Amino acid sequence: MATKTILNKEHINKIELDQLDRKERYTLFGLTVPYLALVLGLIIIPIGWLFYMSFIGRDETLSLENYERIWNSKAYFRIFKTTFQISILTTLICVLLGYPLTYFMSQLSNRWANICLIGVLIPFWTSLLVRTYAWLVLLQKKGLINSLAIDWGLWSEPIKFVHNTSGTLIGMVHIMLPFLILPLYANMRTIDKDCLKAAANLGATPTRAFWTVFFPLSLPGLFAGLLIVFVLCLGFYVTPALLGGGKVIMAAMKISDNIELYFSWGAASALGVVLLVVTMIILFIASKLVSIDQLGNRS
Amino acid sequence: MSDALNISIENVTKTYGNFFALKDVSLEVNSGEFLTLLGPSGSGKTTLLMVLAGFTRPDYGSVKFGTEEVVLKPPHLRDIGMVFQNYALFPHMNVEQNVGYPQKLRGVSKKDIKDTVNEALKTVKLDGLGHRGVAELSGGQRQRVALARAIVFQPKILLMDEPLSALDKKLREEMQIELRQLHDSLNMTTVYVTHDQKEALTMSDRIAVINGGGLMQLGTPNEIYQNPNNAFIADFIGESSLLSVKVSKKNVYLGNVKILVDHSVKKDGDFLLVVRPEKLFLTNGKTDNCNTFTGTVIESIYQGESQLIMIKLDPNTHGDQILRMRIPNGTSSMEELPSLGASVTVGLKKSDSFLVE
Repeated sequence: MATKTILNKEHINKIELDQLDRKERYTLFGLTVPYLALVLGLIIIPIGWLFYMSFIGRDETLSLENYERIWNSKAYFRIFKTTFQISILTTLICVLLGYPLTYFMSQLSNRWANICLIGVLIPFWTSLLVRTYAWLVLLQKKGLINSLAIDWGLWSEPIKFVHNTSGTLIGMVHIMLPFLILPLYANMRTIDKDCLKAAANLGATPTRAFWTVFFPLSLPGLFAGLLIVFVLCLGFYVTPALLGGGKVIMAAMKISDNIELYFSWGAASALGVVLLVVTMIILFIASKLVSIDQLGNRS
Repeated sequence: MSDALNISIENVTKTYGNFFALKDVSLEVNSGEFLTLLGPSGSGKTTLLMVLAGFTRPDYGSVKFGTEEVVLKPPHLRDIGMVFQNYALFPHMNVEQNVGYPQKLRGVSKKDIKDTVNEALKTVKLDGLGHRGVAELSGGQRQRVALARAIVFQPKILLMDEPLSALDKKLREEMQIELRQLHDSLNMTTVYVTHDQKEALTMSDRIAVINGGGLMQLGTPNEIYQNPNNAFIADFIGESSLLSVKVSKKNVYLGNVKILVDHSVKKDGDFLLVVRPEKLFLTNGKTDNCNTFTGTVIESIYQGESQLIMIKLDPNTHGDQILRMRIPNGTSSMEELPSLGASVTVGLKKSDSFLVE
């Protein structure tokens, strides 16, 4: 009854109020215009162009030859295999090193946690190239580590740390760790400490409380960090190029070779497209897995 | 069902740097009792509860459950239920999994877990909501889940840390009664922490008033309300006006008016007369065994169930002090309420007059 009377009444100020609503919406939309323009100019158009280029063959006509070559060539298969191997290994090592560290940080008082966080961030803010070369200096045959170890008699022959897979992994793990730690840390800080107290109070040993309460609650942060690291690894260039010494060839390096050595923009574009598509498929599957996992916990 | 356990707390002290969170607290909680630790925030009441739960290690002192010393035991071996202030429900588990968690840890069979969980949910009136996610529950329902989780394994001791503070007033008052009834039906010793004096008076068998890390007074709600043993408690529990009085040669003077008190006063000096607003009555003149105060009405506020009247006492005879008086709604006095600015005489029985330091 009450609503009916209101509806039958004259709508005082209705037009003016609607106008205000609309004005606010337009203002909000206006704020996004610069960014949308940037996305269109720097992402959508170039990627469209990339797609187009990947279908241009040697004789400047439309063809599928770039993709056929990727599909048929064993070399390309090997490159993708290496790319995924290195990426998976790097991600795995990052998780094994990063998770315990982040857990430790999340249990510290704010002050000490911030100090640790700065320790994580400082290398993150330093130039990638500088850090990669620094590893080269440390790890090469006559580098700091080998010469010290030989002086101290730890081993007699220099160990080959760089210009191979181990060098690539060491460098990449070092570069990627903050990308795992930061989202994981943000997540772990939000886990209610009282939940762990409750678990203990209800009879859980510290280990049991960790695995049944803390770990499941940290999974969203872990997945976020893990995905960022993995995806960044897939397209990584500088570190594997320098520390792999040409022996570890990942997709990004092949793309660069195609352009710099063979001037084959079509082949490079096709490789880029394949990498992009594969990455998106992985992201899609991962998002499904994570949401299914969460559903499983709820039901 | 097993018997509830008594708790003996002896000389428990906890310092943080120079700050005494708990100062030599000794306290006996009888088996099956509902005891409330009442105090303002920062008083140490939560610290004491955390010592009982095992989350805070005291510097020294003893905590016994029954005859067993537990002060060195880690929390997960203490086998006591606890309801946390923010409930601390596990967000990745549904209601059933939350409540079943302690049972699962105890290696109870799947079927028994299901049965005990259902029974616990029924006890807290949440039957049928077992498959809900925690995020889908209202504040009151979460509170009930936390309670079910704390009682499902039939602990002999139940600790509660301000469990009702996040609920709105009406729900809180309902839950106070319900928690008390639950306690009576479950045969557990309950230690309940709150800063809400009315909640403490409503629910407790006994109240331990804590302030500044020390135990100020221990007694039944009636004892604490009627005979607070210092000014802090008189002020903190219930409503009261504290009037400065002087004692000389065993006589009590408010300004230059002699006051009758219920108990003898042994030493001279400055004291406070505790006046509960609801104990005052309007009167025309002197009555036997009563104190009378004269003054002017400076405020008269309608508060629903009662009328609050502020009386500025006659500065010539009583000294410059303000008295609060409450007249319950519906009593005959309501029709003859004094108007603003009117001078009134109010009486207070000798038996309701007492001093604190």
